[in-house]
Amino acid sequence: MKVEVDPDRCVGSGMCALTDPAVFDQDEVDGTVVLLEPSPTGGHEKAAREAAHLCPAGAIRVVE
Amino acid sequence: MTETLYSELPTQRTTAFDPPAELGLLRERAPISRMRFPDGHLGWLVTSYELAREVHADRRFSSRAELQHSPRTVGGKPVTQRPPAKPGMFIAMDAPDHTRYRKLLTGQFTVRRMNQLMPRIEQIVAEHLAGLRASGSPADLVAGFALPVPSMVICELLGVPYDERESFQRDTAKLLSLDSTMEEVMAAFERLEEFVLQLTRRKHVEPGDDMLSGLVATGELTDSEVANMGLLLLVAGHETTANMLGLGTLLLLQRPDQLAALRADPSLMDNAVEEMMRYLSIIQFGTLRTALEDVEVGGVVVKAGESVSISVSAANRDPARFERPDEFDVRRPASGHLGFGHGVHQCLGQQLARIEMRVGFSALFREFPDLRLAVPAEDVKLRTDMAIYGVHELPVEFS
Repeated sequence: MKVEVDPDRCVGSGMCALTDPAVFDQDEVDGTVVLLEPSPTGGHEKAAREAAHLCPAGAIRVVE
Repeated sequence: MTETLYSELPTQRTTAFDPPAELGLLRERAPISRMRFPDGHLGWLVTSYELAREVHADRRFSSRAELQHSPRTVGGKPVTQRPPAKPGMFIAMDAPDHTRYRKLLTGQFTVRRMNQLMPRIEQIVAEHLAGLRASGSPADLVAGFALPVPSMVICELLGVPYDERESFQRDTAKLLSLDSTMEEVMAAFERLEEFVLQLTRRKHVEPGDDMLSGLVATGELTDSEVANMGLLLLVAGHETTANMLGLGTLLLLQRPDQLAALRADPSLMDNAVEEMMRYLSIIQFGTLRTALEDVEVGGVVVKAGESVSISVSAANRDPARFERPDEFDVRRPASGHLGFGHGVHQCLGQQLARIEMRVGFSALFREFPDLRLAVPAEDVKLRTDMAIYGVHELPVEFS
């Protein structure tokens, strides 16, 4: 699995960092998405899919 | 297709915790249906989860104030055309203006920042619970806990003096009351604007470690932009969480099995908060968008200029998304609810609200193990008359 993020679309809701802080973080200054783990494995795969679904701005894409 | 016309959004509740029953019937018939708005506009009402998500996420739907037809009345009268949002009032703007303002704030509301605030929130909660105990049983949980805790938190974050809360709490209540006339709403809004503007001006000379000072220090914003951003956060930051704390407490007291489950396993609290957001959906009249161009939604075409009223409470009770939607169950997977909205306008303060609720409910039921209603449940005054639902007062007893 590969995760892609688009900080330009991101609105800083924090849903991704809330869902899996091992895969997603937020920028200190503007709160936009920071991808920590572009190729999550194990339980983090499910969490990354959940984060992509929850993202209010469609800023996270999961490529299988 | 048979079209059902509603002169107004259904608002008549028959129970304390459930949205008006007509909304569910309507969703069964059609997830999007025509609705006559109070000002005469023929728009739409969305009641399904799937379409509610879709419309919120679709950037062809606008949040601009001047394009909106309101689904609710003010003082019993239709809301006439609104002027464009004032600079900084980004809730009623689209990209790129909305984006520019919001991005100046999102760094302040990250999951990490809010977690760092937790000790201070715990302290504020503990102080108010101690005050409640000192005041003796019975007490009003709204006045002693649910309203002051989030008010104090947002005041400290923004840099608003907490001892000036009486006026802004009263004016916020005026804004949200369905019985206020348009003149009263306008006057309350102007007083609030002036209050935050004066405060913003003071931040130039006496800056603090707070958001208003931080926004002033960017040098990118006029004082009225900063003031309107601050006003938005102040109003959105206290009444919403306050009502979740008040109504959520009533709910837990009325569902002893769920409260017992939470007490037995405190790790359920995070999910319980999500479930309360889903189940209670206190934004009674939902959200509103207007089509910028013709957009197909659920098999119908919403024409450019038509407003869509999105019933968040109906969407959060959609059986196609949530099993047994009318049951409150702290163990169900509740994430994905639309209680904080969806799309680019999704609640900016949601991570703060989550922590206030987790900390608030945990401490309340830990410190007051025998908390109970001091009046029959049917005597609790419900906020059916306010744009944000909840309880006006919650008389409780404890030993």
